[in-house]
Amino acid sequence: MMFNSNKTNKTSLNSSSIIIYIFIFLWVFLAAFPFIWTFWGSFKVELDFFSIANWTNAITGENTKQTYGSPFTFVAYHGAWVQEEFWRAFINTSLVCFFVVLTSLTIGTLGAYALSRSNYKYTFWLLIMALIFRSMPPITLVAGYLPPFFEWNLWGILPTTIIVLVSINQPFTLWMLHSFFQNIPKELDESAKVDGCSQYKAFGHVIVPVMWPGIITTGLFSFLLAYNDFAVTAMLLSDENRTMVPQIAAFLGTTYTEGNVMFAVAAVVSATVPLFILIMFFQTKIVSGLTQGAVKG
Amino acid sequence: MKHRTFFWFILPTFLAMFFFITLPIISVFIQSLHTPHENILISVENCDPFGCKKVTSIDHEATKELKNEKPLGKFVGLDIYLDRGHIALEQVKQHWNNSENFLSFLSLISDLPFYKAIFFTLTFTFTVTPIMLFLGLLIALGVNAINIKLKGLIIFFSLLPMIVTPLIGSIILFWMIDSRGIVGNFLQIIFEDPNLSLKASTSLTWVTLIVYGVWHAIPFSFIVFYAGLQTLPKDQMESAQIDGANTFQQTIHIIIPHIMPLITFVTLMQLMDNFRVFEPIIGFNAEAHATSLSWIIFNDLGGETRQLSAAATSSILTILGIVILLLPVLIKTWREFDFKK
Repeated sequence: MMFNSNKTNKTSLNSSSIIIYIFIFLWVFLAAFPFIWTFWGSFKVELDFFSIANWTNAITGENTKQTYGSPFTFVAYHGAWVQEEFWRAFINTSLVCFFVVLTSLTIGTLGAYALSRSNYKYTFWLLIMALIFRSMPPITLVAGYLPPFFEWNLWGILPTTIIVLVSINQPFTLWMLHSFFQNIPKELDESAKVDGCSQYKAFGHVIVPVMWPGIITTGLFSFLLAYNDFAVTAMLLSDENRTMVPQIAAFLGTTYTEGNVMFAVAAVVSATVPLFILIMFFQTKIVSGLTQGAVKG
Repeated sequence: MKHRTFFWFILPTFLAMFFFITLPIISVFIQSLHTPHENILISVENCDPFGCKKVTSIDHEATKELKNEKPLGKFVGLDIYLDRGHIALEQVKQHWNNSENFLSFLSLISDLPFYKAIFFTLTFTFTVTPIMLFLGLLIALGVNAINIKLKGLIIFFSLLPMIVTPLIGSIILFWMIDSRGIVGNFLQIIFEDPNLSLKASTSLTWVTLIVYGVWHAIPFSFIVFYAGLQTLPKDQMESAQIDGANTFQQTIHIIIPHIMPLITFVTLMQLMDNFRVFEPIIGFNAEAHATSLSWIIFNDLGGETRQLSAAATSSILTILGIVILLLPVLIKTWREFDFKK
């Protein structure tokens, strides 16, 4: 990536660049502060996290010190993970995400490759259908899932939800991979075919190896779609099979009445940590994925 | 690519989309035309020495038989579309006749659940989208203009609001704006009103949700525009500087036209995403003051009484809305596709 910003005048800080600095740091503060604040507060007791007396208690943890002798406590995490069995939701989310990413990428790569290497009229219509499907809120389909799933006893279990999530994320996956494939010159397939490869072999031995960066980027986004989904998982999973996000939503209802808001805080922080790590390791991939779609439309 | 090869490559993804998107849409449409059967009632005359009484009870057998015979329910055509929970034709007509001007008509129909949701969804979509475009561009220009080694770190933190689960992001902000949370506390001090609560009034709830929407969406426009700024034509910028154009003029005349395709792209994605606004309403516990189309569907589907027909009707109307919203894009894709001649 080219940084053409450091080319010009390296004069001392003038007033306009001070304003820019302030503006940028204000944004970074607004973006990061809620997470840092909640992370810090998750090791406190409720009276500190929601402080009526003095907001600095949330930083120093006065009430936490009084109760547990230290300004940090893992009580909320213990409550969420052990008492409320949040680990179940964590395992469910892991299973769902793993299989959704695996299946989405497998069938998506095949489909997107075909779409990028063909320009018959039906190709266009398939892409347009995918675009329309991509734009529909997934919740609009749920009424269509429920009757057959109830009828055939498929409701509430993880495999059903995995297949549904794979399918409703296919349009997005197809479009994203399609734009990556478009960047791979068609001459590459042609030369492989000239050398005697079939289309399938050309795909497997020539195209897929150069596609890995695109596949990984698309995989990240289908992971995020599965991980962050609330509407579909909340509707299709039974109580004991819930993934983390609907489980947190369920926590909110029960913990408010039981006075265990801190359990929900700990659960929320726990569910954010994997995303934090994900951005740390794949920042450039995420950025390229976001801009990839933009470049190719 | 040969038709045959194409077929085998596309088959798995096609089947997935056919069985789990196309068929459900058809099923949703059919369900929206049917309503569940009412219980069949029978009246039996019970006679005892003191006289005869007519007792009405549910004929379970006949009801069950009817349900087996027609599992979809009773065909009602467009009745559900026109009922009070959806387009509410009757009520709208009444309000139209009873109201003196258009504004009072709008305020009357905004009490109907479906219109209430439409108003919020559209307000949210058409406020969040321009604000996020503007602020995202400003941040991108700012980050591009300063020469610091912290760019990676800025982008890292900037990604957080977008990448973190929408429900979780909104819950985190909800706790902070709680009157006992830090933001709520500060607002009370600033406005010197110890009873100030962002959750209590409809307009403040809308503002909160829109602020959340902007916060959540800014990273997207920022990242895309920032990437676009890296490809600015250098010679044009330099000659503009020599001609004495100031930063503002350079932005308007060179930068904006250069990234115009990106602006269109971000706008489209945002229209799509904001139209489905849903999680923040749950996260902010705002359903008393703000509902959206997606929330209505979710609400009908959930709970003990799964009102599938009502949800199906709302779903179809939502899909129609999104198609209308996206018609310009579909036409554009049609024009640009490279058909095989």
